[in-house]
Amino acid sequence: MSNSYIKWNKLKDLIFKWYGLLCTVAGIFILAIFLYTIIADGWDRLNWQFFTSLPSRRPSNAGILVPLLGTLWIMILTTIIAVPIGIAAAIYLEEYGKKSRFASFIEVNIANLAGVPSIIYGLLALEIFVRIMGLGRSLLSGALTLSLLILPIIIVSTREALKSVPKSIREASYALGATKWKTIWNAVLPSAAGGILTGVILAISRAIGETAPLVVIGAMLYITTIPTHPLDDFSALPIQIYNWLSRPQKGFIENATAAIIVLLAITFILNGIAIYLRNKWQSKVKW
Amino acid sequence: MLSKISAENVNVYYGNNHVIKNVTLSIKPNEVVAFIGPSGCGKSTFLRLLNRMNDFIETFRMDGKIIIDNEDIYDKKIQVEELRKKVGMVFQKPNPFPKSIYENVVYGLKIQGIRDKKILDSVVEKTLQQVGIWNEVKDKLHQSALALSGGQQQRICIARTLAVEPSVVLMDEPTSALDPISTATIEELIYQLKKDYTIVIVTHNMQQAGRVSDRTAFFYMGELIEFSDTKELFTNPKVELTQKYITGRFG
Repeated sequence: MSNSYIKWNKLKDLIFKWYGLLCTVAGIFILAIFLYTIIADGWDRLNWQFFTSLPSRRPSNAGILVPLLGTLWIMILTTIIAVPIGIAAAIYLEEYGKKSRFASFIEVNIANLAGVPSIIYGLLALEIFVRIMGLGRSLLSGALTLSLLILPIIIVSTREALKSVPKSIREASYALGATKWKTIWNAVLPSAAGGILTGVILAISRAIGETAPLVVIGAMLYITTIPTHPLDDFSALPIQIYNWLSRPQKGFIENATAAIIVLLAITFILNGIAIYLRNKWQSKVKW
Repeated sequence: MLSKISAENVNVYYGNNHVIKNVTLSIKPNEVVAFIGPSGCGKSTFLRLLNRMNDFIETFRMDGKIIIDNEDIYDKKIQVEELRKKVGMVFQKPNPFPKSIYENVVYGLKIQGIRDKKILDSVVEKTLQQVGIWNEVKDKLHQSALALSGGQQQRICIARTLAVEPSVVLMDEPTSALDPISTATIEELIYQLKKDYTIVIVTHNMQQAGRVSDRTAFFYMGELIEFSDTKELFTNPKVELTQKYITGRFG
């Protein structure tokens, strides 16, 4: 009786092991096919001309200089706007906010905001930034839009990082005569820096891949000038990809796949940095 | 002799929980006092009253008076940060910051805005000498304190506490997470520190209380049962409950 019970459990164990392996391999397999087709189609197009050329009606003359610079601008502006606000909000909620019903209401809603479809943010931004504030279809509008989008992600991940700092670290600081502000600034934030940075980088890498909200605010123009000012019109890599993919000529499809490689490379590099930082901090900080 | 610390009719409540019951005691300057008693008897809570670390507990309430250096430390005029500089604390588990040894020791000075490298350097050397770890770590002051052993970490934590020049040092079971050899060095250190500081130590280890303290207070269920010379308390307790506890019949 008990013997067959053990056998049955061992069989379940085995079945789950193989099922789990299958699931893992399926994910990797799909990613591999995806990468292979993209690279096979677009690799040859990646040359110096592609990176340094303005848009053109002829696929072989067209390049990604304008959208690439647009994406870099957006990345920097979004970081400048979203990171200080997000971290400050997280510090307030985690360290200062009283544990009230109102606080948990805000908490739930921030988590909800992280799940709102990005196109909704685009619509909001179109009304507020483009029309009411009159910023037009500028880099600044785009960066503000993406900042809205990633703020909840930054807030949630920063709060998690702050929460993971043990009470003993705060106590140590208070016991040495530190005020709350000094404790947060000198003990809690340095201890949480790895987690915060990881969250921020993942949020930024999410932002630069977003297309829908930028399409909504109208960053779909045919732009032939390099953006040099936050109020300049702009394009960005995902929009350029979207744009090229809608053209009938085969050459533009090739351009699009090449641009996808560039966008993927940026994302992978950012994620790689995030993983590196996380591992580095984990090995440094053992509680 | 004037007392360094005195408590008068102190009661502590966590919500409806009455955890310290009408405790009155006084501690003299440069004395080592041990608090003993079973888990949950209120000895740690009482210790944390002395540098107001209970203030962080939302449901905490207290009445009565605690006077340190002739000041009522629960008076509204008291700056808690100033009090905590004067009344330092060493915790149960070594809790160095994830920073270098040097940065750990100067933390309390830096938050006061002291940046002069000469001052900081001399404080680091002096306090690490005091805790007897200078020779072990002087070549790796800028390495992470987390790389040290538990006993070394605890001594860094003590050095860090001494760096802000307290006159009282509270120790909450400072050796309970350490091996016997590290424990012996910390006990030796307590003995050394006695001449400059008033020390209050909570311990579960009665031999330790016997070895390091001048006087011992026995707490039970939030009450101070007996407080007398350590030798006296362990060899000739006045109260039956103390007798039972120190002979291990409960606890």
